[in-house]
Amino acid sequence: MSTVAPPIAMLAELTHRCPLSCPYCSNPVELARQNSELDTATWSDVFRQAADLGVLQLHLSGGEPASRRDLVDLVRAAREAGLYTNLITSGIGLTEKRLRELDAVGLDHVQLSLQGTDATMADEIGGYRGGFARKMQVAEWIKEIGFPLTLNAVLHRRNLHQLPRALEMAEEMGARRIEVATVQFHGWALKNRDALMPTREQAKKATQIVAEARARLKGRLVIDYVPADYHEDFPKRCMGGWGTTGLNVVPDGTVLPCHAAQTIPHLRFDRVQDRSLAEIWQTNMAFDAYRGTEWMADPCRSCDRKTVDFGGCRCQAMAIVGDAGATDPVCVKSPHHGALQTQADQHAAQADAHLTYRKMPAKIAAEPVEM
Amino acid sequence: MKDRDIPVLPRGVRVHFDRVREKWVLLAPERAVTLDDVGHAILNEVDGTRSFGEITRMLAAKYDAPADQIAKDSAGFLGALRDRRFLDVTP
Repeated sequence: MSTVAPPIAMLAELTHRCPLSCPYCSNPVELARQNSELDTATWSDVFRQAADLGVLQLHLSGGEPASRRDLVDLVRAAREAGLYTNLITSGIGLTEKRLRELDAVGLDHVQLSLQGTDATMADEIGGYRGGFARKMQVAEWIKEIGFPLTLNAVLHRRNLHQLPRALEMAEEMGARRIEVATVQFHGWALKNRDALMPTREQAKKATQIVAEARARLKGRLVIDYVPADYHEDFPKRCMGGWGTTGLNVVPDGTVLPCHAAQTIPHLRFDRVQDRSLAEIWQTNMAFDAYRGTEWMADPCRSCDRKTVDFGGCRCQAMAIVGDAGATDPVCVKSPHHGALQTQADQHAAQADAHLTYRKMPAKIAAEPVEM
Repeated sequence: MKDRDIPVLPRGVRVHFDRVREKWVLLAPERAVTLDDVGHAILNEVDGTRSFGEITRMLAAKYDAPADQIAKDSAGFLGALRDRRFLDVTP
């Protein structure tokens, strides 16, 4: 099985704990409890295995990775393994002291999430009062220390009008890059489509703002854009192709081809406690299931875009069409495309829809944030 | 890219030998770019003190190639990195 090319990136979801409760969280609706999380030594071993396998980029995520007491030790282990180490954080739980420790052990880059461009919006979306003020403080420390920064602005119907301000904030924070990420409807977001679905007009406007900003800010701020895909005509190239560039390890050690793969019922996954990462990457049936183009049926099979977008998102095909092997219904060639667009407009018209916040299973909810 | 410009890899961008694929890569925030021999040779000379002009003259001498061709290729390569914020340039 040495024919499978190695992955470039690994997402390590260190924990599902998080002080925020964003209604679009990409974590699964069944959140992992703290007592099921891998310990420091196991994660460190996984990082070494990943580097041996060919992973170059490690994304430390969650939940909130700063909720792990051993975050500094984990970053040290990742750097010692030779990985480029990226911390994906809301900033909550990071003190100046801790950031300086992360600097000392060689953290390469920080991706800071933005729930809104002011406290009213950000704290409402994050479900955490005072969160915005703390985030802004963390952004100042990041700038002082000199960490390369990407601002990750997560946008949806309620805050898309704040996109121009988010671009300004990225520049003010000294970010080299901003990810303008329209909410993708997986995990908790799927429960919140009525409250979060952008209108078609908003989606169009955002695309226009991004195009103008890219021209204006060329060489100063790089803009990565994830459009509102329900309103698009071609699907996203999900994961850069299933089982080709990235893998995801969740808090309990289960290894997934993408963060939402557990929503596809027929897939069977392996855990790092039971098999090596290399074996899992090369032979686990879940990675094999949608790797390449062999699994495709028409319209994908005969489509000239099949190696451009690999049929789009398997989890979205599962969620919307009920068949993970179907063409992503975002695609104009899918027989479900028209219905999805109608559905998107209906979600977007639910002006009064309330937010369903993500919740930990009872008992864990009061878990304090490690400072 | 002008002769006097001094290119430098900013914090968070580094040249790395990918021992699994046996290739040189440029690691940057959430990106990895495979370097060909020419790209690797150019970045090897980027040390934050040498100017663009010095770099291209050194490369021309080292590889016995026409200086203007080297300058043109290097400017294209480094300019693309600058646009992606993988390279800083101080005039």
